Amino acid sequence: MKNAGIFTGGIVGGSILGGILSNPFLKEESESSQPAVESAEDFQEARIFFDRFEDFVILRAAVERIYPEDDNGPGAVALGVPYFIDKQLAGSWGTNAKEYMQNPFKVNGDSEDVMRYETPLNRGQIIIEGLRKIDAVSEEQFGENFVNIDGEQQDEILQSFDNGEVELTGVSSQQFFSILRKMTIEGAFADPLYGGNKNMDGWRMVEYPGPRPGFIDIIEEEEFIKMDPLGLKDYQQS
Amino acid sequence: MAIKLDKVDVVVVGTGWSGGIVSAELAKAGYKVVGLERGKEKSVNDYLGSKDELRFTQRYDMMQDLSKETITSRSEMDEEAQPVRTQGEMMVGNDVGGGSAHWAGCTFRNNPFDFEVYSKTVEKYGEDKIPEGMTLQDWGITYDEFEKYYDRFEKTAGTSGEDDPLAPPRSNPYPNPPLKSSPAINLFKEAAENLGYHPYMIPAGNMSEAYENPDGEKLSQCQFCSFCSHYGCDFGAKSDPVVTVIPTAQKTGNYELRPHSYARRVVHNGEKATGVIYVDMKTGLEYEQPADVVVLGGFTFTNTRLLLLSEIGKPYNPETREGVIGRNFVGQFNNTFLGVRGFFNDKKFNMYGGAGALGATLRDFTVEHIDIEGKNFLHGGHPEIRQYGLGPIQSLAVPSDTPSWGAEFKNNSVKYANSMLHVWFVPGVMPWWHNYTSLDPTYKDAFGDPLLRITNKLTDQDINIAKYGIEVTKKIMEEMGADIIDEDEVPEKFDHIYSGGHYAGGVAMGADPETSAVNNYLQMWDMENLFVTGGSAFPHFSDYHPTGTIGALAYRAAEGVEEYLKKGGLLAEKKTKTHKMA
Repeated sequence: MKNAGIFTGGIVGGSILGGILSNPFLKEESESSQPAVESAEDFQEARIFFDRFEDFVILRAAVERIYPEDDNGPGAVALGVPYFIDKQLAGSWGTNAKEYMQNPFKVNGDSEDVMRYETPLNRGQIIIEGLRKIDAVSEEQFGENFVNIDGEQQDEILQSFDNGEVELTGVSSQQFFSILRKMTIEGAFADPLYGGNKNMDGWRMVEYPGPRPGFIDIIEEEEFIKMDPLGLKDYQQS
Repeated sequence: MAIKLDKVDVVVVGTGWSGGIVSAELAKAGYKVVGLERGKEKSVNDYLGSKDELRFTQRYDMMQDLSKETITSRSEMDEEAQPVRTQGEMMVGNDVGGGSAHWAGCTFRNNPFDFEVYSKTVEKYGEDKIPEGMTLQDWGITYDEFEKYYDRFEKTAGTSGEDDPLAPPRSNPYPNPPLKSSPAINLFKEAAENLGYHPYMIPAGNMSEAYENPDGEKLSQCQFCSFCSHYGCDFGAKSDPVVTVIPTAQKTGNYELRPHSYARRVVHNGEKATGVIYVDMKTGLEYEQPADVVVLGGFTFTNTRLLLLSEIGKPYNPETREGVIGRNFVGQFNNTFLGVRGFFNDKKFNMYGGAGALGATLRDFTVEHIDIEGKNFLHGGHPEIRQYGLGPIQSLAVPSDTPSWGAEFKNNSVKYANSMLHVWFVPGVMPWWHNYTSLDPTYKDAFGDPLLRITNKLTDQDINIAKYGIEVTKKIMEEMGADIIDEDEVPEKFDHIYSGGHYAGGVAMGADPETSAVNNYLQMWDMENLFVTGGSAFPHFSDYHPTGTIGALAYRAAEGVEEYLKKGGLLAEKKTKTHKMA
């Protein structure tokens, strides 16, 4: 594996568009680390979607099982995934602002096409519905809240949701789980501007360099080139 | 009551390659052109700093807002269709540039065979080879007649490509040399060569060198940043109407671009179109833009739906199999891009870098080179490897026996994050009498107009050719030396996911008005001053990506409009019942 030092993901050959792109991108790798903003980011770790702390606690436990901490690196909680999901659900994604939500719906179970989105519930409502059901199932099966049972028991419950075995109102448990899983992964690997992928540690795990002007200088390289990641913040601010 | 505006020569619906090219060509020829775009204005400045996987790939920032309009979908004619509700299930471009802004850049030509697909199939295999109900038909123009329009589009788009020994004749070389190759692509090419095939670099709308097109528009050299498909290029290195034909049209002073203008009807008197009614989405006011010629250059769905809503042309009726508007709906769906995923235990690739159309393919299995005698499908296909450049969310591939979440998932997703290569097969898609579009009786858009309804199901043809394609790609992947090879699953049923952006037909071109809506100038048989161009004109889907042909069709249509403005009348001769309909 080659050392990253000499490759910056910069532009080669110059831009015909001239002035459009000033060239802030070729700065030294070392300038990219960002401890200076750590404290500012902490202020964003407050809830704007989840009214009940109990719901958020279930979310935290569930996403950590979906993407757990291990020898490779941090899990979903350390990566900030719960706050990422909170922010996403508070916005247009959670309210289905750009989706077609007109009646009539063939609600859950009426349709064979399990994965078609056929519910009047938006994603925020689906997540709340599913998380509370997770806790209800946990109480029923293990006599304890979801956060108090052990990891294997938590996995067992999540698997039953993934299998579509749990009855929810207005949506299948499989669909709920699929949205939860999708958002967990997104929270671990989206640009840190969204509150997840804290300190770009998600990217570090998969050796992703982050947005760069280009990779023309390495596209033909036989060997894998590892670079310390840069975020959109580095890319956009010149 | 719509506010009536002053008449212009031409009003064009759409600003992608179709609408953009027609607008540029006519504005250059001195005609006054108004372009209507339902979305917002765009320039390269809108793309700067947009390298954000969540926003564009996962949240579909450049795609149609479905809260205002979507489609409905079903498989059988006796079913109630359900709306395709989320952007994850429905990918159609929006804003100036349309789907031609977020495209990856593959710029293929159809095979000569495709333009005469019915006649050539009969000639090669006999009429009995075509199953009952497959509405295969010729395009009303030959490759040789059409070649110059491909050539023109490639020059506008600055296509980067390389010749290959099996390619049909070209009047000129590609305007740009091929893109640089990568180790992953080289591995594919070497494996293909070992197997006796003829690999070549995919013709790309990503510039291998800085380029100036014949209209004087300048494009930068692609930097392989990987933010291509689903994105606008922030370096002006991908050919896109926003950096080519739209500014070309605007420079003439003859083109007025009206964004936020949602076309609702083509106005007509039964004989001729008189203009377009649209809503200004910023004010809610409705306008009528009169014109001598109306051009529909929108997406397939838009073109078909506007004709149906405006009651122009005879709607297709599957019961009688008569009528043309909505006929021969075809798409490259999820079952179209199937192949194998190869996981490498000891190799890592720099897959975070790439370009939309960076990749390799080969013609050995396309319709002209494959022998389907004894096979259980028609047409052919091409296997391809692509190095779009993978974002970290999209790159989390694991072998199929790995769970989709939890500790094992995490471990394997990290392990293979830069070690998975996907090779897939793109087959031709054949039209059937039961796959068509019409207006939905239940669901409406934001203005109360019916949504377009798609009736589509998979056939044995689709399933068999997909299975064949997987075998082809598996053989190549084995030769590439992957440690684990996972075959994609072939769905038995249509999943109603419209995520690939490649849907066509519904306003098919041809020589016979019984089976085509437009002639080979994209001029409506039933309304001679109305031209409808785009993927909607495909009578079937070739085994290639559509954009090269869509761009070329737009140049043909522009020539037709100009001809019509000078002389009037139908520009092509009707040839009724040239062959027996299936």
